[in-house]
Amino acid sequence: MTNIPVLEVDNVGLSFSGRRILDGVSFEIHGGEFTGLIGSNGVGKTTLLRVVLGLQRPDHGEVRVLGAPLSPRSRSLGYVPQKVVIDPDIPMRARDFVALGLDAHRWGLNRRTAHQHELVEEMLHDVDAERFADHRVGSLSGGEQQRIFIAHALISQPKLLLLDEPLANLDPKSVQEIVALLHRVASDHRVAILLSAHEMNALLPVMDRIVYLTDGRAASGTTDEVVRSEVLSKLYGHHVDVLRLHGRVLVVAEPGRDNDDIPQHPTLTIK
Amino acid sequence: MHILFEPGFFTCGPVRVALVIGAVTALTSAVVGVFTVVRSQSFAGHALTDVATTGGSGAFFLGISPLLGFIGGGVIGAGAMDLIGVQRIRSRDMATGIVLGSATGLAALFLYLDTTTSATTGATQQILFGSIFTIEPATIPLVVILSALTLAVIGLIYRPLLLSSFSAELTRARGINLRGVGLLFMITMAVSVGLSSIAVGSILSTALLIGPAAASVRLTNSLRAAMILASVLGVVATWLGILFAYDSFYWIPSGQALPVSFFIVSLVFVFYLISGLDVVRRNLGWLKAERLTTGSTPQSALALASKVEL
Amino acid sequence: MFTGFMANAWQAATIVAIVAGVVGFFVVLRGSAFAAHAIPNGAFAGAAGANLLAVNPLIGLGVFSLGAALGIGAMSRRGRPDAVTALTLVMMLALGAAFLSQSTQYEPEIFSLLFGEILGVSSSQILPVAVLGVVCIVAVAVLYRRLLLTSIAPEIAAARGLRPQRIETAFLVVVACATTMTVPVVGALLIFTLMIGPPAAARCFTNRTERAMLGSVVIALLTVWMAIACSYETNWPVGFYVSVFSATWYGVGRVFVAWRKTHGVHLE
Repeated sequence: MTNIPVLEVDNVGLSFSGRRILDGVSFEIHGGEFTGLIGSNGVGKTTLLRVVLGLQRPDHGEVRVLGAPLSPRSRSLGYVPQKVVIDPDIPMRARDFVALGLDAHRWGLNRRTAHQHELVEEMLHDVDAERFADHRVGSLSGGEQQRIFIAHALISQPKLLLLDEPLANLDPKSVQEIVALLHRVASDHRVAILLSAHEMNALLPVMDRIVYLTDGRAASGTTDEVVRSEVLSKLYGHHVDVLRLHGRVLVVAEPGRDNDDIPQHPTLTIK
Repeated sequence: MHILFEPGFFTCGPVRVALVIGAVTALTSAVVGVFTVVRSQSFAGHALTDVATTGGSGAFFLGISPLLGFIGGGVIGAGAMDLIGVQRIRSRDMATGIVLGSATGLAALFLYLDTTTSATTGATQQILFGSIFTIEPATIPLVVILSALTLAVIGLIYRPLLLSSFSAELTRARGINLRGVGLLFMITMAVSVGLSSIAVGSILSTALLIGPAAASVRLTNSLRAAMILASVLGVVATWLGILFAYDSFYWIPSGQALPVSFFIVSLVFVFYLISGLDVVRRNLGWLKAERLTTGSTPQSALALASKVEL
Repeated sequence: MFTGFMANAWQAATIVAIVAGVVGFFVVLRGSAFAAHAIPNGAFAGAAGANLLAVNPLIGLGVFSLGAALGIGAMSRRGRPDAVTALTLVMMLALGAAFLSQSTQYEPEIFSLLFGEILGVSSSQILPVAVLGVVCIVAVAVLYRRLLLTSIAPEIAAARGLRPQRIETAFLVVVACATTMTVPVVGALLIFTLMIGPPAAARCFTNRTERAMLGSVVIALLTVWMAIACSYETNWPVGFYVSVFSATWYGVGRVFVAWRKTHGVHLE
């Protein structure tokens, strides 16, 4: 592990239509760390990820990857977007899509070496996608496609993999599978992970750090450091309680307060 | 004034026929077009012009009046599209495009056969780009009757049509045959496209169908106002187009007139562009003052249209 | 059928088919049905204008196709609505008709520009057409992988710094180039059937990208060759045969897909 953080987000702020979406957000990610970006829907997680990727410019603040300012062509970042719709009529196999992860930026026709083919095979094995590797990308189920996108992003060996809400719309079993897969793949390939979610409990077993985002403000650190009543109350601007029960975390606002801006699974909310 | 109205304009027989036919067909297209635009069926409207082309060129070849061919082709096309269910779906673009392509290819064949087998020339330009100055006066009654019928049908199904543009469920809940209304409307579109094809040609008739309608929907707040404004725009564009085409015979040194359809389409295009200018929208704000009530659904139909990007 | 002036026709047709197959593959991949309609309409106006000015038609075709392509690019970026695009398409046709009305060869010119002409490319033009064809193919080859990713998953491509907007513009220019050289043979109103039919059919028969592209070229070649042969024999317009054969291949492809689904057969 080098000392330079893989990612530094330094006082990033962004407003849109008069609304402060991000307000002085700062955090760091070091090599190999698994970080969860937690926040309820609409709070700005996708915006933050887009800023990190360089797809959106912040009003102020800076993003540094491996100490250097952002450059879109640096291949240190891998990205799995939230929803990618691919027409099932498109003639491309899953394995070819993964292969594109290696060299889509190159000019000229496909000229892949035997070694590159091996890399694709290994990657497919790592994400458990061998079963449907020869099927059309567009004909895969949501979960299968996700594995392919992860493989596509990982094959170019980025230092940091960003995933935008990969767990939304998945049943609990699939959530567990993907989280386990990501954890395994992250440690095998020594890549840091920044994953946004609106519910933190599924990630508790694997998260090294958490970036908790609400109303444009963020608190970052280990789960124990951040998910505490004092820290979160300050973040929210009103009192919240943090309960720990059976290894799960429950964040509850005062009675009478809206629990809508507290990111968690709907059935865990207490009115 | 003399420069604008070249000698003989008002006394020229074909010009009078053109003015009448042009006005009637433009009016019908404009009214039907407003619904086309509000229901987001511009793609279907365009598809109908392709099959109208096939119909018109086939009719010419068989020696039947092109008007019947345009309308016949369009109606058959409307029926076929209803069967396949493309009324509101523009997603099967590729498939529909290829099928329409063969229809146009067939039109090419008919037009070729026209030029080699018949003594008349100019089939291609007549069918595709219109020949409003060579229309037989005897066609006028037919055109007027068909237009009147089309407008009557619109008047008849006005409420169900409006309702079905808002919400399919509401329409069904009231016991209205949604599909029937849709098919009937497609047929009115086919007829108006067919009618305006004799004026501006089949591949350009889209302009008369959606141009004035799209412009007026931008500027008004009620369906009635839109229909009136669209009719005005359509008729003005057509009459000015006829005028300019007639004048161009005198203005252009070589003595070759420019086609009427060129002028009409250009004017429609310009009107549409102007309707988008802020200065126009601000100054014509009074057009938006009217409110619409359709009996028990007091709602502005054009609030719906505002969901449609225009 | 293969000698004399027909030799021209075969050479031109072959180049046209290869380019249409290659470029059309990406037109279908990107779902650019609108561009495939609009750019040829612009080409028609350009060719008509060139005819009027007694200038090499390829120049008129090229200039207006390029203009139409860049215009479409600009309009799509600004999210231009349906009505203005439909009206622009129609305006191009009307403009072409206006240009042609001023020439002495009104009728035959309209016909061959819109529906194709077996001898649409004169022998002096074979070389420029071939050059344009090579330019198109080389451009696609160079952009190949970027085109693939930006067409299939533009978000991921953007995150990788591949600039989907620029690739889109470059691709539209390639389509303009392809239109310039294919419209004289197949016709402005019918060229899109050649650019869409064969690729849409080819991808029904294989899962693999390269094979689908190759299939697209092969089917396009067969289509155009059969069209030229039939047109020579019957004197009927080339565009007619091209559109009908393209639609037939597409139909065959869809039937095959349906058959495959009901019998649970998987593709190679």
